[in-house]
Formats: sequence, structure tokens, C-alpha cells
Amino acid sequence: MDFLSKKLYIFVSILGNCFRTDHMTHKEISKLLNGRIIIGEGSESTNYQYAFASDLMSDVLTVDSENLILITGLANLQAVRTAEMSDISCIIIVRGKKASEEMIQLAAESKITLIECNYTMFRTCGLLYQAGIKPLY
Amino acid sequence: MQLEFKVMGGDFANAGYASSEIKKVLKQINIDPKIIKKVVVALYEAEVNICAHAYAGKVSVEITPEKISVEVSDKGPGIPDIELAMQEGFSTASPAVREMGFGAGMGLPNIKKNTDFLDIQSTVGKGTTLKFINYLT
Repeated sequence: MDFLSKKLYIFVSILGNCFRTDHMTHKEISKLLNGRIIIGEGSESTNYQYAFASDLMSDVLTVDSENLILITGLANLQAVRTAEMSDISCIIIVRGKKASEEMIQLAAESKITLIECNYTMFRTCGLLYQAGIKPLY
Repeated sequence: MQLEFKVMGGDFANAGYASSEIKKVLKQINIDPKIIKKVVVALYEAEVNICAHAYAGKVSVEITPEKISVEVSDKGPGIPDIELAMQEGFSTASPAVREMGFGAGMGLPNIKKNTDFLDIQSTVGKGTTLKFINYLT
């Protein structure tokens, strides 16, 4: 890397960090991911700081954190039930999967925001991480 | 206060219903949210175990000012080796259960992690009874 490229890299890194945040609302998340808020559009704006990505609900049930976003490709009722038990109030359903009517109904009852997103799990995680959302460990 | 629910084996659509109802009651009587989360995560894991492995089961919860006592009993194949079943990653779950996001062999270890006392009694060919306690003081 020559001197100018190094300078440019440092400048871009600093500029990038200026746009990083330590929290995001569900509306900001949906906008970033070009997603659709299926339920919870008008819900209270929680400031999310952490995210956990898994298709395995057994793993989700072992995490212990507040203001957590669940990123999953598992579009079934158990994803919403797991979020309900784990006090997770925002689920991003990736890979273009659709939330069923039962999922939407249960999410509404449990005050859980559902966001559908066409991106892969990897891209979703990358974008959120770049925006300042932190991993649990 | 005592609460009782029936759980059917294989009924994944309703897996978590008892945990959800019990969570509502615990919130209404102002139990510490951290204790509520531990109790309902343990209970949900146990409910999923009935759906995944047994024919039918029952959840009984007793709430006193000192503790929350839970008994989850089922009619099912039983556990031949409880020590082995307590190991993280050991699972006998079917592919159908794994498709629901479970069966990673984290259920029983996670129940132990979230409770102050756990007792498991099982008879092969008859069924399993789990008793766990979370203290409130």
C-alpha cells in the first residue's frame, strides 16, 4: 500500500466511524437492510445495541442480554416463541423468508417487531456490524 | 398460587403456550424480570422436550413468596442415561425437531443453567419427570 492509499484508507476509516452508532431503532434497522416492518411499525422505539444471529433456537435460548436483535432464517412460530421467552423484542427474518399469519399474530400479542429482509444472514450481520451494532461475544 | 397446563407430544404449534401464560402471570404479580426470564426459558425448554420426545405431558407451577416450583412430567420413552442427556450437544431429536430450530442437545443443560435446583427422574418406556425451583429471595 503506497503512502496516498494509506492516507485514503485512514480517512475512509475515520469517516466510516463517524457514521457508526452504538444503538439503532427498528425503523433505522429496516431502512439500512432495505427491509419491511411486518408488525411493530408504530411500537415504542427501543434502542438496540446487540444482535445474535442463528437458525438454531436452542442457541438463542442460551443467550442473556437486553436490547437484543435476533437475526434468523427460521420463519416459524418457534422463532417468535423463543424471542418471547428470551425477552427479545425485534426479529429480522433474512433470506427473503416470509412471516406466517400465526407468527404475525403471536408477535403482535408479545409486542415483538418483525422485519423481513431479502439479504443473506451474512450480509445482514455485516451491515448491522458496520453500523455499530455489537456482537454478544 | 398453582397453575397447571397440558402439553401434547408433537404439537409444535402450541409448544410454549404454557410458558407464555405463566410468564404473563409472573409479570402480573411483579416477579423480578431476571427471575421470570430464567423460569420461562427453563420451562419452554421442558415444553419443547415434551413436544419433541413424548406422547403427552403436564406442567404444574407453584408460586409462593419464597420460590417458584415447577414440575414437568410426561408419558414417553424416558431417558436411558440421564448423565449423558445432561451433556451439552448430546441429542436424540428427530430431523423434524431440528427443522423447528431445536434438537441441538442444549435443552437439559440450559434448564440446569437457569434454575437453582433441578431433579430428573425417568423410567425407560414410561416417562420422565423434571422438578426445578427458582428462589425469589
